[in-house]
Amino acid sequence: MPNLKDLKNRIESVKSTRKITKAMQMVAAAKLRRAQEAAEQSRPYTERFNAVLGGLASAVGTSDGAPLLLRGSGDDKVHMLVVMTAERGLCGGFNSTIVKLAKARIARLKAEGKTVKILTVGKKGREQLKGEFESLFVHHVDLSEVKKLGYDHAKDIAVDLLNRFEAQEFDVATIFYNRFQSVISQIPTEQQVIPASYDAPEGKEAGAADYDYEPDQDQVLADLLPRGVATQIFAALLENGASEQGARMSAMDNATRNAGDMIDNLTIEYNRSRQAVITNELIEIISGAEAL
Amino acid sequence: MADTMQFDLVSPEQKLASLQVASVQIPGADGQMTAMPNHAPVITTLRPGVLHIAGPEGEAKYAVTGGFAEVSPEGCSVLAEKAIAMADASQADLEPVVAAAREAAANAASENRDMAELLLADLEELLQNMV
Repeated sequence: MPNLKDLKNRIESVKSTRKITKAMQMVAAAKLRRAQEAAEQSRPYTERFNAVLGGLASAVGTSDGAPLLLRGSGDDKVHMLVVMTAERGLCGGFNSTIVKLAKARIARLKAEGKTVKILTVGKKGREQLKGEFESLFVHHVDLSEVKKLGYDHAKDIAVDLLNRFEAQEFDVATIFYNRFQSVISQIPTEQQVIPASYDAPEGKEAGAADYDYEPDQDQVLADLLPRGVATQIFAALLENGASEQGARMSAMDNATRNAGDMIDNLTIEYNRSRQAVITNELIEIISGAEAL
Repeated sequence: MADTMQFDLVSPEQKLASLQVASVQIPGADGQMTAMPNHAPVITTLRPGVLHIAGPEGEAKYAVTGGFAEVSPEGCSVLAEKAIAMADASQADLEPVVAAAREAAANAASENRDMAELLLADLEELLQNMV
């Protein structure tokens, strides 16, 4: 039978754990709201941007004159995987699902005989991939000091990626992130950013080809495509941010609930043992009195 | 015929303005242009500069550092990489951008140097205008 004192200590320690997880859940909820607002704010830009670029890209097509960012380097040998994860743990399966998706992709590419390079964003993904694939790492972006995610961060990543593309370090770039669906569901997603594929806008927007372009169509396209990469990365980072907080919130909610269950069980056990001790003492007293 | 049109100014981080305006002056890549209702559809890239809008609700100015504008007969949307209302803007906001452009211009390869220096000159002019 566990000692009463030990039980009491355990109950106290589980109680303080529950306080911490509860606090983390509430912090995550507040951050989630902010992250969702940020994602909401960026949506008009992304939508307009993709509509314009879609019209433009479909007008130019994938002919030989099209920019490299659109039609690709003509090769498919070297793949750059940009794995975006969180800087912190304690958020359920958030990081592992992204890493799992990336690993599956790496295995598939390797089986096809392609060369794989990895660029990691966020510490957790790097740690999880390090064991197996450290030799493939080319760069790491550390966002742990970042309080509020801005477009500039996405732009830095995009510029780095574009420089590498221009230096012909890779042919195809894919980003991995978690798309936010709801607090309990985030969908690990892979999205190819270079060469970019833009859907031609449908319906009334199809008239986009009627626009005049200043300076001219090719230059506008050449100016927009790098921005398109940055925009996609920014949107992915925002989705990832919201997903991370959502995942943490539900993970901490579970932890709080489990701690509560544990406290209940321990309290019952504590009361029972206390009762047993009292009963024992009574038996001793009574049998002592009877013996007299 | 309507004498105003819908104007939207959005940056990746937020929507800065969405209102009815009579005219918009845009710092286009080929020079300043003014868009008014029923303008022919045009898409232009932006140089760093000042965006003037005028409408029934008064005038406003925004500093933009780049991006593009889409003009159609019904409206005008400006998608700026970075945009700040001139009223709230201070030189301190822009200085990091100018510093980065200066560095880029100094390091640019010869075929890109003209572009980089042009960008820098535009940014510096914008900075002067902010005083």
